[in-house]
Amino acid sequence: MSDRRPNRFFRNMTAKIAAVPMILTALCVFVGGTVWTIVHSFTDSKLLPRLRWDGLDQYERLWNTNRWIVSIENLLIYGLCSLILSLIIGFVLAALLDQKIRFENTFRTILLYPFALSFIVTGLVWQWLLNPDLGIQSVIRGAGWIGFTFDPLNNSKIVIFGVLIAGLWQGTGLIMVLMLAGLRGIDQEIWKASRVDGIPMWKTYLFIVIPMMRPVFITTLVIIASGIVKLYDLIVAQTSGGPGISSEVPAKYVYDYMFQGQNLGQGFAASTMMLLAVLVVVIPWAYLEFGGKARG
Amino acid sequence: MIAFRTILTSTTALLAAGSAHATDLEVMHWWTSGGEAAAVAEFANAFDATGHKWIDGAIAGSGGTARPIIVSRIIGGDPMGAFQFNHGRQAEELIDAGLLRDLTGVAEAEGWKDIVNPPSLLDACTVDGKIYCAPVNIHSWQWLWLSHHAFADAGVDVPTNWDEFVAAAPALRDAGKIPLAVGGQPWQSAGAFNVLMVGIAGPDVLVRIYGDKDADLAAGPEMARVFAAAGDAREMSQGTNVQDWNQATNLVITGQAGGQIMGDWAQGEFQVAGQTAGEDYSCLPGLGINELIDTAGDAFYFPVVNDPDIAAAQDVLAATLLAPETQVAFNLKKGSLPIRGDIDLTAANDCMKKGLEILAAGNTLPATTILNTEDTNNQLNDLFVEFFNDTSITPEAAQERFVDIIANAD
Amino acid sequence: MADRVAALSGPQGPRPRRRFSRRNIIIYGTLAVVAFYYLLPLYVMIVTSLKGMPEIRLGNIFAPPVEITFEPWVKAWAQACTGLNCDGLSRGFWNSVQITVPSVIVSILIASVNGYALANWRFRGADVFFTILIFGAFIPYQVMLYPIVIMLREIGLYGSLWGLVIVHTIFGMPILTLLFRNYFTSLPEELFKAARIDGARFWGIYFRIMLPMSLPIFVVAMILQVTGIWNDFLFGVVYTKPDTYPMTVQLNNIVNTVQGVREYNVNMAATLLTGLVPLVIYFVSGKLFVRGIAAGAVKG
Repeated sequence: MSDRRPNRFFRNMTAKIAAVPMILTALCVFVGGTVWTIVHSFTDSKLLPRLRWDGLDQYERLWNTNRWIVSIENLLIYGLCSLILSLIIGFVLAALLDQKIRFENTFRTILLYPFALSFIVTGLVWQWLLNPDLGIQSVIRGAGWIGFTFDPLNNSKIVIFGVLIAGLWQGTGLIMVLMLAGLRGIDQEIWKASRVDGIPMWKTYLFIVIPMMRPVFITTLVIIASGIVKLYDLIVAQTSGGPGISSEVPAKYVYDYMFQGQNLGQGFAASTMMLLAVLVVVIPWAYLEFGGKARG
Repeated sequence: MIAFRTILTSTTALLAAGSAHATDLEVMHWWTSGGEAAAVAEFANAFDATGHKWIDGAIAGSGGTARPIIVSRIIGGDPMGAFQFNHGRQAEELIDAGLLRDLTGVAEAEGWKDIVNPPSLLDACTVDGKIYCAPVNIHSWQWLWLSHHAFADAGVDVPTNWDEFVAAAPALRDAGKIPLAVGGQPWQSAGAFNVLMVGIAGPDVLVRIYGDKDADLAAGPEMARVFAAAGDAREMSQGTNVQDWNQATNLVITGQAGGQIMGDWAQGEFQVAGQTAGEDYSCLPGLGINELIDTAGDAFYFPVVNDPDIAAAQDVLAATLLAPETQVAFNLKKGSLPIRGDIDLTAANDCMKKGLEILAAGNTLPATTILNTEDTNNQLNDLFVEFFNDTSITPEAAQERFVDIIANAD
Repeated sequence: MADRVAALSGPQGPRPRRRFSRRNIIIYGTLAVVAFYYLLPLYVMIVTSLKGMPEIRLGNIFAPPVEITFEPWVKAWAQACTGLNCDGLSRGFWNSVQITVPSVIVSILIASVNGYALANWRFRGADVFFTILIFGAFIPYQVMLYPIVIMLREIGLYGSLWGLVIVHTIFGMPILTLLFRNYFTSLPEELFKAARIDGARFWGIYFRIMLPMSLPIFVVAMILQVTGIWNDFLFGVVYTKPDTYPMTVQLNNIVNTVQGVREYNVNMAATLLTGLVPLVIYFVSGKLFVRGIAAGAVKG
């Protein structure tokens, strides 16, 4: 009987116990670690984290650094392009693979394999492919089109798009798999019904399936966005931030100053700014998501 | 700091219970490529011959990768037995915090003061009169590598100094060559600039600017000349579309580029490609103007431990690293110069011999890792990589930013 | 055969199709073009890994090897020296397995239960913790390195395998929890309610209903975790000691040398070898990538 009408405390007891690891992680690691980081961003910690107060000096220096400003601009451009293209490409590929095609397993593995390989080296391969003297440009020029120019990694105006080419190559496979899992969770009846009603396929996707996949899209969005904020490997392996500083990104600034530059305070100040920007987005989102409708 | 000490005490006390005479000593370093691994094996064999055991903790990637590991292990209360750093200011904070062993005892017993040459190496290990590190080799930056093949194609003689090189640049361009190959990674641009600085303004200027942080000198006419030369170098480097230093070196090896400013480790690439110094390529120390080399290099540091057995093994290792036989064996394989002047390196190749002569003549200057904090070096990297890749930054504007960095450095 | 099955249960197909219908040409054509973009770097890697270094220095990255050599592969697996040890990647292989298996299982188990609790058994404050977790997904790992060392030290797990498992569980938790929560939320609620009415409890519903209905999402979680943990270098090296270093430490040592001579062919072979384990997992787990049985279960 108590199963049908449990009192409030006992109904959720097991769930609460099961959630203990999550609660500990959220509080100790993510909140605790963030507070620790913010506190240390007001110090002049260098190689070792130490509480020697330095006021706002780290922040002043940060915002006076050309490289930091360039990093933020790059992140915005890269982030916007990557977000939109990953979602579109990922969804379209998933929809294509969901057409009961032959060799689905093979195609899925092909699209996903870049995700499995360490980017230290695959970044080098992209560096070669996009290199005007070694890669695609030289092949096409060799085929007779002398005026052809394609040097995205060596042209500081478009370098961030050169990075994007490899970024999409590496990341869209995972997005495709996520979307595919979402499509596989869609009730078969929907398709039958829409077919009976004579609704074209693209309309069914756009107006019925995609709205139903909203939770999957949110998951995907968070995965893409967190990948963008943490963007680092891709840049290091392909351009080291170059030419010059034209493809620098914030996460690289953070790590370079924390470890290479032995200036933890500066790295923490930069990461605090990044986390602040994330909070500005996440909190209103959570408010909208959980504020109104509650379920269960 | 007290907290660190307590942690060390508690964990090492546990370790002490099970230890015997032959002690395992974990040594962390970043020498991982084929030749480097062969060199490090010489250290390990020499140490194992003393009855202890070298536990190898090789992690490639130099400072940026090594630092978080070292600091984590120390904070975690479980430091390694010894680790490699570039000697100089990188470790000063660990020394201040009392986390590194004082090696003065070993140094005195072994007479390091008399044998280490140049003496500035030992100074870089010394804080308040106590010695905290064991220098093991010298790598110098001040080398200009020139491709004979490229100059032959361009129909000009192989230059013997920087000015001739600049004069030959247009001929190289006409022959479709990149005059000066500069890889895209930040440390390479900054390194090349520092070499130009020594070559053109002389070593005193470098020591006064980086060592004494003399901002007026940095803003002065000598440096203006260096920045103008850097402007030339930038012009000459246009068209280098590679990132890694060794890909840039490869442009010189294949004759697609006239030259490259790179440290003595570039020699290995020429060797592997089967080229001979003097026939296929030339190496000019100090750009052929000021024939001197800096004394960057590697040193080992030893974290404080409370286990007396480990401490004893650390002492043995420190002494072994500087022993004459180990120095010869290690440096021949590593392609670096030994840190003691009293040993014979007849097996050295031509460019290494040039370096040894310069070293013996005492024409050395301290490395930027010794003079600058890593923070300052990092800022300089950012400035020069931007300068070398963005022709819209004038030498004057770059100099202004340079002065800013020096004025704010500590 | 496949076409007929598609016609019977397929979501889109109103009638059996010919193999060369316009629709098929568009689908396979697009996939072929896409596959080319995805496979081009793989081609370059494989070709490079089969060349000797003198041939690589010539600089034609697309040319097939004049003289095929498997030496780089042998070297990468069994001979490459990193520091003192000259046994290539094989050295860290079992360490990597020992790290990956428990880390993947524990992290997926905990995160799926989190997601289940958040989706179906919401309790007061759950949303707050969930929001914190989402925020956590955006924290760059490196920033948390030192605070985690301090925490592991305090609970006495620093330097041990289980310490590393905990770290992987923690950093996998935000994305995985989100993944499972959102998936479970999108499952038909009637199913859950019906099970409650039948008297099933927390764990019963989890194991008998949620788990079997969510195979695709478990596969996605496994892909994420196997890849992330197998390829992890930083945590493996910071939170363990040399005798438990994962394979990626050797990979890094082979690939990432700073002043030494670089052997691109061995680098490529080593990377491909390291990537094999996740790749096999992708391919094999594809069998589980079936349409959820949700559709049939909710009818009526």
